[in-house]
Amino acid sequence: MRWTIPEYLLRPWRTIAGPSRYLSLGFLTLGGFAAGVMFWGGFNTVLEATNTEKFCTGCHEMRDNVYEELKTTIHFTNRSGVRATCPDCHVPHNWTNKIARKMQASKEVWGKIFGTIDTRDKFVAMRRELAEHEWARLKANNSLECRNCHSAESMDITKQGARASRIHQQFLFTGQRTCIDCHKGIAHRLPDMNGVPPGWSEAANETDEPVRSWLAERPTGVANPHASP
Amino acid sequence: MPRHLLIALAAALPCLVPALLSAQNSGPARLDSPFRPPVNFTDETTAPPIPADVTDDRRVARNYPEQPPVIPHNVRDYQITLNNNQCLTCHSRQYTGASQAPMISITHYVNRDGQTLGAVSPRRYFCMQCHVPQTVAQPIVTNTFKDVDSMISRPSDGGDRR
Repeated sequence: MRWTIPEYLLRPWRTIAGPSRYLSLGFLTLGGFAAGVMFWGGFNTVLEATNTEKFCTGCHEMRDNVYEELKTTIHFTNRSGVRATCPDCHVPHNWTNKIARKMQASKEVWGKIFGTIDTRDKFVAMRRELAEHEWARLKANNSLECRNCHSAESMDITKQGARASRIHQQFLFTGQRTCIDCHKGIAHRLPDMNGVPPGWSEAANETDEPVRSWLAERPTGVANPHASP
Repeated sequence: MPRHLLIALAAALPCLVPALLSAQNSGPARLDSPFRPPVNFTDETTAPPIPADVTDDRRVARNYPEQPPVIPHNVRDYQITLNNNQCLTCHSRQYTGASQAPMISITHYVNRDGQTLGAVSPRRYFCMQCHVPQTVAQPIVTNTFKDVDSMISRPSDGGDRR
């Protein structure tokens, strides 16, 4: 017996596929445009709404653990009153990367539904894994979110301590390391750091593969803004 | 005097004595203490500004050999927890080469039984129990401490201690 498409599916398909019979081309074009604007506006509004600290701290997992930890750090309270919110560091500003991150974040919805970190103990037990995801992401994109605000070009090393100045010249300006290699745990408590060498140690040399490949794609001469010409 | 009247007077005595004392002084008592500005006890004063940290990265000489060296750099948000000791990411033996920070003394590897361990002894783990950062605050009470060298080189008083 030959399988046939049922009539209730075929009729709407004919309507969609055929040219418009009763509606004018002008109505369809303008109506389609207006509907597109409304759809995109709605999409963008929802996207932005999920990109606020209010949304992030709407769940107790974030509000009672990581947000509380952020509050004491310099990225929340400082002399100038400029502060970083959750998405400033955890969501890329660039649209394509942002959408990619948002799709990844659907895993976090899964985690929320099934209570992956819904108690303090579960959160503490998973802290190393969660931190490693963030370190890997920032390492792979050469600390893109840090560089939304902090740029090596604008960094006046004469205003820094002798220590910071020397290390930035040695590691950051030469492209040997990226921000996250040394500045882990600047906004949250650290997990068990057993086996994680600090960025300035030789032991961290083996772990910078993503940055090396990123630097290879960059035009030469940009890596060290403070190099003498 | 009836016995119950005596008891009542004894019970009222703690209340009467401060009342008598305050009646002698006219106006609220002034506290002329070196630790307080010269204001009345009931006055509220604005707190002095919090002094800035000393972060010039220059080592400060110790006043006596056993003094824990003070920290000449910023330590805001340094995490010394069960998970991580941020001081040791520079000052532990294996990282001093890269960081050029002074290595913690070998005494920090000795536990309370005198056994030298491979890493920092748990009793020495919390760095900032002894090593502290400094601020530019001026001491309220002048410190007259003299180190051993200035004590030795002091001119002799010839045994006259009057």
